[in-house]
Formats: sequence, structure tokens, C-alpha cells
Amino acid sequence: MSRLVVASIGPASSVQDGGRHGAQRYGLTVSGAMDRLSLAAANTLVGNEPFAAAIEIGPFGASFTARDGAVRVAISGAPRNADIAGSPVAMDTSVTLKDGETLTLGFARGGAFTYLAIEGAIKGEAVFGSLAVNARAGLGSPYPRPLQAGDEFTVDAASGAPELRIELPKPATGPIRVLLGPQDDEFDDANKALLLDSEWKISATSDRMGYRLEGPAIKHLHGHNIVSDGTVNGSIQVPGNGAPIALMMDRGTSGGYPKIATVITADIGRLAQTSAGTAFRFKAVSMAEAQDEARKFAHAIRSLPDRLRSSDIVALNIEALSDANVAGYAVSAVDAGTWQVTAEP
Amino acid sequence: MAATLPPPRLLPSGDSAVTVEFSRTIDDDANQRVLALDKALAATPIDGITETVPTYRSLLVHYDPGKIGFEALGEKILPIATRPLPPVTKARRWRVPVAYGGEHGIDLEDVAKTLGTTPDDIVIRHSGGDYKVAMIGFTPGWSYLSGLDKFLHMSRRQSPRLLTPSGTISIGGVQAGIQCLAAPSGWHLLGRTPVRTYQLHRNPTFLTEPGDRVTFYPIDHKTFEDMDRAAEAGEIVAEQVDA
Repeated sequence: MSRLVVASIGPASSVQDGGRHGAQRYGLTVSGAMDRLSLAAANTLVGNEPFAAAIEIGPFGASFTARDGAVRVAISGAPRNADIAGSPVAMDTSVTLKDGETLTLGFARGGAFTYLAIEGAIKGEAVFGSLAVNARAGLGSPYPRPLQAGDEFTVDAASGAPELRIELPKPATGPIRVLLGPQDDEFDDANKALLLDSEWKISATSDRMGYRLEGPAIKHLHGHNIVSDGTVNGSIQVPGNGAPIALMMDRGTSGGYPKIATVITADIGRLAQTSAGTAFRFKAVSMAEAQDEARKFAHAIRSLPDRLRSSDIVALNIEALSDANVAGYAVSAVDAGTWQVTAEP
Repeated sequence: MAATLPPPRLLPSGDSAVTVEFSRTIDDDANQRVLALDKALAATPIDGITETVPTYRSLLVHYDPGKIGFEALGEKILPIATRPLPPVTKARRWRVPVAYGGEHGIDLEDVAKTLGTTPDDIVIRHSGGDYKVAMIGFTPGWSYLSGLDKFLHMSRRQSPRLLTPSGTISIGGVQAGIQCLAAPSGWHLLGRTPVRTYQLHRNPTFLTEPGDRVTFYPIDHKTFEDMDRAAEAGEIVAEQVDA
């Protein structure tokens, strides 16, 4: 066994997986990765099940050191500069850290969450089938709380498998798609239009429980108190002050504010990766379109292994470009995200 | 054959869940229908349903749109949801000990004052109630109870408290509650129970189920300490009796 030690890490970073299902009826929140596609991509790169437990890294930088042997990892999600001792590591690739080597990740450049998957996955004690951290309920394994420097994971020694990259489908652009309801009849047409026709920004006070939306105030028809009912990931509830909150993975299982609309499954990860302060819009779609997109999204995750490629081309390009880098620009300052683009076959 | 009941509303909660709504208000008949549908779906599962979450007035049904679509699921749920209610079966009843007032129930005196009576009268009325777990939600084990004495109905606090203790026994509006974990709350705190409705390494992890009956009985603060230690060690310090 090897160890992967957290040398440094910012807030809002924790172990996450596909989430804890089956106990919402007891008030147990689902938790799990904010961006499931990126979690699945990172896991697929190192041969894990798509929703195996991995490290969800918040918007700040982080670094990880291999001890007692080599550790094979992969990164996907919000793009960042990444390097091992100055050698750049591209997003959406696997890489093996030799004993003592450190992978350093910079701040997220757009988006918020990057996933670091470890070959063989993170090991721990599952509760309701999940290692996902739910700090409020004291759940999550091996650490039932956000990660801190000095935390470490006992992991499989690197297999020595050839390194891979993954060609992800082009990320969707455009408005975040929603289905109106379940309580859209608590709002008149003008206020529903306000949700759909306005520009929104995500407040900096957002977290894994909910994204607070900044924009015009939405007014209720009959006041903001409804009898509590169940919530889902992506429920957009409107509290008394009229500022909507999109409920995310650490949401309460029930809530007493009218829910005007629900973000479709295929777009929840996109919303999760929208940086605070970035303007975006919503668009209403039909149930048929939303469910079609949900099925396509599930298929995209299942077929991730078909998108794996040898990462040789990337390595060659990096080498060539490093050699050409005679003007004295630090290689680590090169935007790691652009390496993939030059590596397209 | 008995006539069918009026159909619930089927409200889309995104592409992977449907809210089966029997009422817009807190209503015991609606809650009975919620719990009956929940039970029926557990007994005869519909392929594609992944999880159900009962609340006061609706059943949230999570499903996999890769297995069943919204319309098809609705067509399967409606006949079950409009069936006449089955005869009432015996429910479990939990007798839950409560240390009322003092540091454990910091709002008891104020509640008595507001309602124009004595703290003892509040304790008698609250512990004399016959409650039903209408739903569990918000945080693990938080059991929302119907059946609160009308005399004790009062609006929630103007400003919610950011943190209230684990085991808090409180009232808010027309509801009573058993809170398990420390959490924010705008309800009035009458006392504390050593009973854990949620305890990770205990079997069962969750003590209460929607539909369970609950009664309370007062204990002194010394007894609370003793039972709290036993509960921390994994004992279920609530007494289970047949309702």
C-alpha cells in the first residue's frame, strides 16, 4: 500500500462520491459530488467505477504527496494549472506520482470543483453505501469533515498502467435548463418570467447546501410559507426575501419555501461549476426534453471508457514544447488547459 | 367495492422525481394517504422508483427516467394513490422521556406566560398528547409530530436560533417535534430527551418511522443525565409499546 498525503488544501474540499441514497425519508441528505460528470471522468481515467469516492477540491489550490510508494491519480473538472516538480500535468489525464513526488494544483480558472481520483479509489467505511462527507451529520469516511493539510489516504500502490487522457464531450453552453414546478403555481406569470428572462449571478455566500442567486426579487402569490415537502438536487426555492436559492447536494431533505422550478439533471453539474459573480440565464424546457437529456447524461457517463486515449501524444507535445521553451518562460506558468487542445489528434 | 378517493396532484420535481400531493395544508387525512401510498409502493415496488420521501401532505417519489418516464409513472401511481385507505393497522408507539424546563427547555416559562398558564400545565398538556410521526426531515432523525393539543398552537419565534441542542423537544405552529442533532430552529424549546432518533452505529440507526405513534413522559434532570449516558453507549432509552 502507498499513502497519498494532503500537503496543502483550501476550504470546501472533501471526499465525495455518487452520494448516499435511500435514507432521505429519515432526513439524511444525499451529498455526493457537485459535478458528477467530472467525478466520473477522473475515476474512469484510473480504472475506477464512475462514482467511486474521490477528492472534491474547492476553488483554491491544493497539493498532494505520494509516500511509501507510487500513487496513480487523475484530475478532471474545473481547469487549473497543475504540475509535478515544475512539469505540467494536463487536466483530464492520469499521472503517476513516484514516492515523494508532489502534485500541485493552482486555483480553479473558471468553475469551482476539480476531482482528484486515486487508482483503486479512496477506501473507508461506507454509511448507506457512501463515503461522501456530510459534515453536519458527522458522516463521511475516512474523514467526516472537509479535508485539512496533513490528512492522508491509504491507497493502492500504482499499477504501472500506461497513462491515459479522456476526450470529454464538448461541455454544453447556453442557459441552465429548468423544469417549472413543483410549486410554480405559487407564482404569477410575470414572476415566472422574471426567473426565466433575467440575468442571474451566484452569490459568494453559496456552498454545497445551496447556491444563492442574485438578481431581481421574485414575489409569491400567497406568501412564502408552504407546508414543508421534499426537495431534490436542483430545486429552486424562493424564500421570503425573493432571492432564489438553488438547492445543491448537501440540501435539507425537506423545505418549507415554494419551489418555482428545478434544474434538470444534465445541467446541475454545469450550475455547480458556474463561478460566483458570473452572469447566466435559465431556460424552461419540457419534461420530454429534460428526461431525454437525463438519459443522454447517464449514457455519457456509462460510455466514458470509450473516450479514453493514450496520453503519449500529450507527453510528446509537452516535451517538444518544453524543448522549444528557450525564451525562459517557466513551463509551469503555461496554461495546462491549453495542452489538451494542442494534443487533439 | 368502495369508491375511489380523489386523485392527488402529480407535480414534477425535475426530471427524476415527482411530488404526489394530497393536500396543500397540514391535514391528518392527507398524511394517512401519504403513508398508505408509501407503504403500498414499498410492498409492491414499481420498476424505476429509487426512493420515496413521505412528508405531511405529499410523497416525493424519486425515479430513474432511464427506466420509466413521468407519464408512465403517473399512470402507475394514480390507481394506487386513489385506492380507499386500508383499515388502520396497529402502529408502534414510542414512550419518550423528556426533561422539561430549566436549561433543557429554556422557552417553557415564556410559553406558559404567553398562553396564560403555568409551566406545569404546559408539561401536562404536552406530555399528555397522543402524537403521530407525520414526517422526518430537515436533518437526520428530526421527527415532525402531528397531534399537538390545540391550546399549545402558537406561531414560531420571530428570529430563529442559530443553534439548538441535540435531543430538543419543541413546538412550532401546530406541530411538535423531536430533534436529534444540534441544529438551527425557530421553534419553542420545552425540554430535552436523551433518546437518539438517529445514532450511526446503533441498530437500528433510525429509531422513528413515519406513521409511528409517540407519547412523552416527564423525567427529572438527574434521570436525564443517567439515561443520556446509557443512550450515548447505544441503548434505546425510549420504551416501545403496541399502540
